[in-house]
Amino acid sequence: MASRNSAIDEPPREPGLPGPAPRRTATGRATDTLGAWRSDGAARWLFIWPAVLLILALSLFPLVASVALSLSKLVFNPGSVDLDFIGFSNYQQLLFGLERSHFLGVLKSPNPIGWAILIGTIGLAAASWIRTVRSGRVRPVGLALRLAGIVVLGGFVWLLVQTLASDGGRPGSVVVTLIFVFGGIALQLTLGLGLAMLAVQQVPWRRFFRILFLIPLTITPVGVGYMFLMMTDTSKGPFEPLWVALGLRNFTWVTDPWLARLAVIIGDTWQWTPFVFIVLLAALESLDQEVREAALVDGASRWQSFRHITLPALLPVTTTIVLIRIIEGFKIIDMPNILLGGGPGTATQSMTLQAYIDWNTLNLGRSAAVAYLLLILVSIVATVYVSFIRRRVTELA
Amino acid sequence: MRSPFRRRSATDLSPPAKLGAFVLLLAWAFIVLFPVYWLFVTSFKTPYEVDKGPFYIPFVDFQPTLDAWKYILFDLGNDTIRPYINTVIVGLSSSVIALSVGSLAAYALVRFTYRPRVGVVGLFIASIAFAFVPTAIGAPPLLGFASGIAIFAILTQTIGRRFVRAFGNSDIAFWLISQRILPPIAVAVPLYVLFQQVHLLDNIAALIVTYVATNLPIVVWLMRDYFASLPRELEESAAVDGASVYRIVRSIVLPISVPGLVATFLIVLIFAWNEFLIALVLTSANAQTMPLQVAAQNATRGPQWWAMSVLIIIMITPVVAMAVALERFITRGILVGALKG
Repeated sequence: MASRNSAIDEPPREPGLPGPAPRRTATGRATDTLGAWRSDGAARWLFIWPAVLLILALSLFPLVASVALSLSKLVFNPGSVDLDFIGFSNYQQLLFGLERSHFLGVLKSPNPIGWAILIGTIGLAAASWIRTVRSGRVRPVGLALRLAGIVVLGGFVWLLVQTLASDGGRPGSVVVTLIFVFGGIALQLTLGLGLAMLAVQQVPWRRFFRILFLIPLTITPVGVGYMFLMMTDTSKGPFEPLWVALGLRNFTWVTDPWLARLAVIIGDTWQWTPFVFIVLLAALESLDQEVREAALVDGASRWQSFRHITLPALLPVTTTIVLIRIIEGFKIIDMPNILLGGGPGTATQSMTLQAYIDWNTLNLGRSAAVAYLLLILVSIVATVYVSFIRRRVTELA
Repeated sequence: MRSPFRRRSATDLSPPAKLGAFVLLLAWAFIVLFPVYWLFVTSFKTPYEVDKGPFYIPFVDFQPTLDAWKYILFDLGNDTIRPYINTVIVGLSSSVIALSVGSLAAYALVRFTYRPRVGVVGLFIASIAFAFVPTAIGAPPLLGFASGIAIFAILTQTIGRRFVRAFGNSDIAFWLISQRILPPIAVAVPLYVLFQQVHLLDNIAALIVTYVATNLPIVVWLMRDYFASLPRELEESAAVDGASVYRIVRSIVLPISVPGLVATFLIVLIFAWNEFLIALVLTSANAQTMPLQVAAQNATRGPQWWAMSVLIIIMITPVVAMAVALERFITRGILVGALKG
């Protein structure tokens, strides 16, 4: 059992292809027979280059062009539309100037709970860093990177407590986006994993369930937005009798910032749980059942077989889904836009929605600046996630 | 009669646990189905009935009418059919291409080792920056592009060989997925300019190329984990028997990866099928896709719920049909069978 299991859990980055040639150079090429070298060498390039070239072709120009756009301003002159270079003033506006309360939020000094959270988080992070230093297993570069990660984390927590755990503070689009992303992912992952675990069992109607559960994903996000607008209507929607029965006939959840955000997260979860579900289902289905059956026959409990066989095999793909959902989730726009137009006020305005509104009002420069700040933010979050969480979890598994 | 909840094998769930699982699945099925049901009944309502308050059951609560269906399918006619055909072509072709190109790249990232030198990547970025210089002074963009490539080629062949530090496979994978971070809002205008240069605006080819590129990272990441979880013994024994990489991929890896391939295909198909913003910017009349039609139903008189419902229903039908057809491939046992054989 042990050997079979270790084969399944083989880390993805094992060098070289198993082949007739036992010895390989550092570049992974087999050197002893010409035939093996040829087929390996050609395949190495044939397999990867089409993907790399396609992505390069379509991503380089937008990447460079939007930097240029974010540093300029659209100006309407008589007879022409020009882009004037204005330096970093779009960024300056968002981070320090007029748009700061919109983008970062209204920053007030935290209340006692806020301070406690801030100090607690930084304390924990610092303690784990010191432990890493003492263990002596990480090189100085790694230590410096970890320290930078802690500083960034501290900055985020500082922003969060200033806007959420303070008197008079109000979250801007950055914090709202973070709430949507992490609230949504937590719900989607729990539901998706639970449903996938249930749907692999030999229960009646299981084909029906599996197909049915995919439906929310197949509806275009714009359509899901309008559908939830219908569902949440308290006077014409299907739940009207329910609202009346609860004495909430004239109640509008639209005016409460947290209820509005909750509605967005619920809509997002309805739509994206199937994504987690289908990927985990495919992973569960391809697990080697014999190992699990052998464990159960040998007297392992169901929990033990889940904890030691199923979960480790699921972890790599789970961390991938979380990464994809982080990246996609930060781009959330349709649900808050259609349900609430970003309101009440700017309470559900995500970063992409802010960029979209600027874009619609032809403030292309600031729109690109918001998008670029989003790019930087997500890159940081994704890098931290991949290098700390994903790697560790995959090693664990 | 035998209970549908009976134990089917020694390791199967006990009947009460099975019943519990069934009830939970049923509950989620209701949550999923109810909004869809609402969409369905709304498509048979008149504007008056939608506005008057909730009516639940056709023939009991209200008299269903086919007005909205007639409006979408016949009154709008070609304005529905053309976007529909576009959506089908764009969705299917872009996902098939993305799946084939992406899974090869994913396999390569799992089984081969790549060492792109840090310095060469740096040279590449520098060459790109340089490529903008001629364009800035007024030379045609193509010339700048060509000179950038030429400089890159010369530099890598000369000083490029001296670099030692290199990235690894995981860095390549991370670079791939990072291409999805920039929101469509920021990508849309530059893409518009790009496709304007090659005269592909309002052409479904532009959409296909864009969707292949945007979906590739997803395919690579999902399939990479999938390939990594496959037992290596099979490939190793085939390689010992003298099979080439192509043979191993075609006859061993792809057949046992069908569940992962199917799931990934469905996901990227759905992404391409439903993409809104890039389609909005890159198309005007000929190449419009269905999501644009759905959004267009939010007219000056407020959302036309009935028409929107019809559009959404006809949009999801083929995808759901495909899920029904492909679901049987996501079944257990394929891998186990392969290992025994």
